Amino acid sequence: MRRYIARRILWGIALLFITSAVVFVIFFVFPTADPAALRAGRSATPEQIELIRKSLGLDQPIYVQFWYFMRDLVLHLDLGYSYQSNIDVSTLIIDRLPATIWLVTGASILWLAIGIPVGIIAALRPRSFLDRVTMVTTLTLISAPVFWLGLVALYLFSDDVGSLLPIFPGIGSYLDATTPLEKAGSMLLPWIVLASASAAIYARYMRSSLMDSMSEDYIRTARAKGLPEKTVVRRHGMRSAITPIVTLLGLDIGTLLAGNAILTETVFNIPGVGRLLASSIERSDLPVIQGLVLFGAFFIIVFNLIVDIAYAYLDPRVRYQ
Amino acid sequence: MSLLSVEDLNVRFHTEDGVVHAVDGVSFSIEPGETLGIVGESGCGKSVTSMTIMGLTQSDNTDISGSASFEGANLLAMGNDDLRKVRGNEIAMIFQDPLSSLHPFYKVGKQLSEAITTHRDVSKSEARKHSIELLGMVGVPEPSRRIDDYPHEFSGGMRQRAMIAMALSNDPKLLIADEPTTALDVTTQAQIIDLLAKLQAELGMAVMIVTHDLGVIAETADRVVVMYAGRIVEEGVLDEIFYDPQHPYTWGLLGSLPRLDRPRPERLPQIAGLPPSLINAPQGCHFRPRCPHAFGRCVEIPPLKARIPDRPDHLDRCWLDVESKRELRVVDEGIGLREPAG
Amino acid sequence: MTPLLEVRNLVKHFPIKSGILVDREVARVQAVDDVSFTIEQGETLGLVGESGCGKSTLCRTILQLIEPTSGSVRFEGEEIAGLDPKRMRSMRREMQMIFQDPYASLNPRRRVGQIVGQPMVLHGTVERRDVRRSVEELLDRVGLSAEHYNRFPHEFSGGQRQRIGIARALALRPKLIVADEPVSALDVSIQAQIINLLEDLQEEFNLTYIFVAHDLGVVRHVSDRIAVMYLGKVVESSPADRLYSDPVHPYTNALLSAIPIPDPRRSAERAPLVLEGDVPSPINPPSACRFHTRCQWATEICSANEPPLASYGLDRVAACHHPRNVSAAQLSRAEVVPESPESAGNSVAAPAAPAAPSTPSA
Repeated sequence: MRRYIARRILWGIALLFITSAVVFVIFFVFPTADPAALRAGRSATPEQIELIRKSLGLDQPIYVQFWYFMRDLVLHLDLGYSYQSNIDVSTLIIDRLPATIWLVTGASILWLAIGIPVGIIAALRPRSFLDRVTMVTTLTLISAPVFWLGLVALYLFSDDVGSLLPIFPGIGSYLDATTPLEKAGSMLLPWIVLASASAAIYARYMRSSLMDSMSEDYIRTARAKGLPEKTVVRRHGMRSAITPIVTLLGLDIGTLLAGNAILTETVFNIPGVGRLLASSIERSDLPVIQGLVLFGAFFIIVFNLIVDIAYAYLDPRVRYQ
Repeated sequence: MSLLSVEDLNVRFHTEDGVVHAVDGVSFSIEPGETLGIVGESGCGKSVTSMTIMGLTQSDNTDISGSASFEGANLLAMGNDDLRKVRGNEIAMIFQDPLSSLHPFYKVGKQLSEAITTHRDVSKSEARKHSIELLGMVGVPEPSRRIDDYPHEFSGGMRQRAMIAMALSNDPKLLIADEPTTALDVTTQAQIIDLLAKLQAELGMAVMIVTHDLGVIAETADRVVVMYAGRIVEEGVLDEIFYDPQHPYTWGLLGSLPRLDRPRPERLPQIAGLPPSLINAPQGCHFRPRCPHAFGRCVEIPPLKARIPDRPDHLDRCWLDVESKRELRVVDEGIGLREPAG
Repeated sequence: MTPLLEVRNLVKHFPIKSGILVDREVARVQAVDDVSFTIEQGETLGLVGESGCGKSTLCRTILQLIEPTSGSVRFEGEEIAGLDPKRMRSMRREMQMIFQDPYASLNPRRRVGQIVGQPMVLHGTVERRDVRRSVEELLDRVGLSAEHYNRFPHEFSGGQRQRIGIARALALRPKLIVADEPVSALDVSIQAQIINLLEDLQEEFNLTYIFVAHDLGVVRHVSDRIAVMYLGKVVESSPADRLYSDPVHPYTNALLSAIPIPDPRRSAERAPLVLEGDVPSPINPPSACRFHTRCQWATEICSANEPPLASYGLDRVAACHHPRNVSAAQLSRAEVVPESPESAGNSVAAPAAPAAPSTPSA
């Protein structure tokens, strides 16, 4: 087991290094514009630009630049400097991270709380009325784009423009929220919107996963032992059915934290990582984009690592491979 | 009174292609301590019969009729809670593939203890102690260490031993073994057959062994039921089935085996054709389309009854008279199904 | 005359790799370890052994579906181990395989006609316009009918699918057919049909078979000669009937004794020789004679020196220091055969305490 984890962690580190190298090549080796000129401003003289180039180390050979880049990244978590916002990229991202964490945590709890039970019920009563209703509903939710769903939710339920039941805080309310309770309130609609499609996907996934595991031979053994059906489902069926769900969850949370909640954050004007990514792309703020790519890769790799380790914990067969 | 008495069992599965009549009017009984062998090819209904007795075929798409009385109580009419008290306790079951029959995520010891605590009010440590004894009893070496292994760390034979230990954990009166050695290698199979015989002698339980392998039947059973296409075609004590078989299907089965105990024939006597579909079974005797001796009367279903004088326990389902059967079944000095002329 | 197939010192080891970042070889599965044998045209060689003994790997290695670690495979005198792929492709025409699970080995999206006809088209053995007729003839020959031409594999029962598999194997009129457990998945009544079919085809097309099965009854019925494998080695190779009447190697004895006889009286009479324990791992097989850990006759020499394959009369060949069913005269004439592994000794070591030659058992 320890060997397995060590192996995974080392691979994770190697992957991070490779990603950093790729990012470096994309953003430094194939420059879209001379970074020194960008930094120097519009009316700079060639001498000034040259000076800046020297001070940034841009006159050094590429491998030396890469060495500086990696050194700053590893030792100082230095993701570069946003000239447009005049702030460290890492500070900028860390500023935006809490909102995204709020959004993703709440939404994932919500979609698990809905998706898992619905999937279980549908799996245990296949082809029943409930199963069919669930499957049609989930299909609808999966097909609905998040930005559309978000706008509809706002038009119906937000307390400023809502027309049906204006009880939920609307666009931008997170910005004004100060207490955790207010923040949670402002997140209600975004949570529901972000969670709805995922809840539907998880319900379907859970359904098929549990149906698979309930048709295994060991379920027959469990029944032949005389276990109550509830125990058969919970202890024997769920145990194997939940394993792929854990994998899915880990990867989903990883990508959402990495900025994949971009649409929800944009619709509800939540100052999170995804929103930052959207605005920096609009403004071509290269250092921020580059920082976000690295930061996103970091989250995805870390959550992959967590998934691998969780998998080995859940499925004893993995540990011995 | 018989330990288990199955009367007119019918099992129908509703599928997209139609209704599969998997078990068709099956009746037999098992006495305490005896070994009943049920033999037949895939799809003959032998496994469905054993699973139905255990209540494992119940679903919305299954119609079950008839009765299965265990010590006087009809298992098929029992509520779930009552049935649960019987299975794993008084009737236990082992299956063909021990690897897939054990849960891959739980240690062998935990799965064993679970079988014990389901039916007995004992502490965890007592259940564990008993599990170790059981593993030792079925011949798993170093049981106190192996109990903390996962099923994938066991060899195929050891897994089946663990399954047997689990089945025996509550001293059942009846053990149903559904193809218990089919997935195993021959030398392992011999070990498991030995073990089952030894345990049966020690514990005195009845065993119902379901298999396609006539060799396994010959080594284990006291009485034999031969099934074909959902029906019992012959039933009798072991020697009579092997030395005086009455149904042409039984002749065919015995004859088509490549046997090590006889000189090899030029050609294996074979049964022509394929088993029928159970959605649209042939009228009358189900074996009629493949039987070289079929005649006019075979379109009527022959009843399962004793046809040999003074042999009330030897039942079969064939219209041929006893004398002509004895002539017809002899092929190359052995028993087999003569190939149709031409 | 050159034999159809000559296998010499064939070895297949699968490396087991492990490591934290970069994998390196930590052990080897010795799936096939120095196996030699010869098959003449028209002969059937049976290969028996329990799972993990290497019989399937041996088949695939012979056909070059798996690259051998070392050793030589000569087909009609031509070396095919390490043959360049282009030449190998045309050699494949001569040697075909039939698999255990006919369903898994048939493409479910293709019609029977395509499955059977494709090899003819690919190898250009039959004129395109004649393919359909050839396929229909072949289907008829294996007991299917021409109407099955446009059906899909899933519409057939297990036995019929195996007939399709046989038709496909025959499509190129091969000389050698390697049948890997061809009837194991089938019911008894269907099994007999397929065995009879394979025997008829052998006679008609003068085929040579390597027939692999774990069912010794089936193997005896079809084979001229049978090789018994244990943990990657051939431990005995004898004429089919001899192997059953006078088995030499203790493992062969145990294997035969373990098979349930479908005859209650005989089954009750015989004293079974039940082998204890499980087959050891082929990763770290026991030293010298690989069977010594489970053999009731094993002595010190068995764990020290690997016994060579030697002839023990009646055309029987076995690798054992304490051979069974061998008379004193046969023992004194025993000679190491050329098929013996290189790692084994060159002389038939006389047992330390000359064990009384066991009498043939029933």
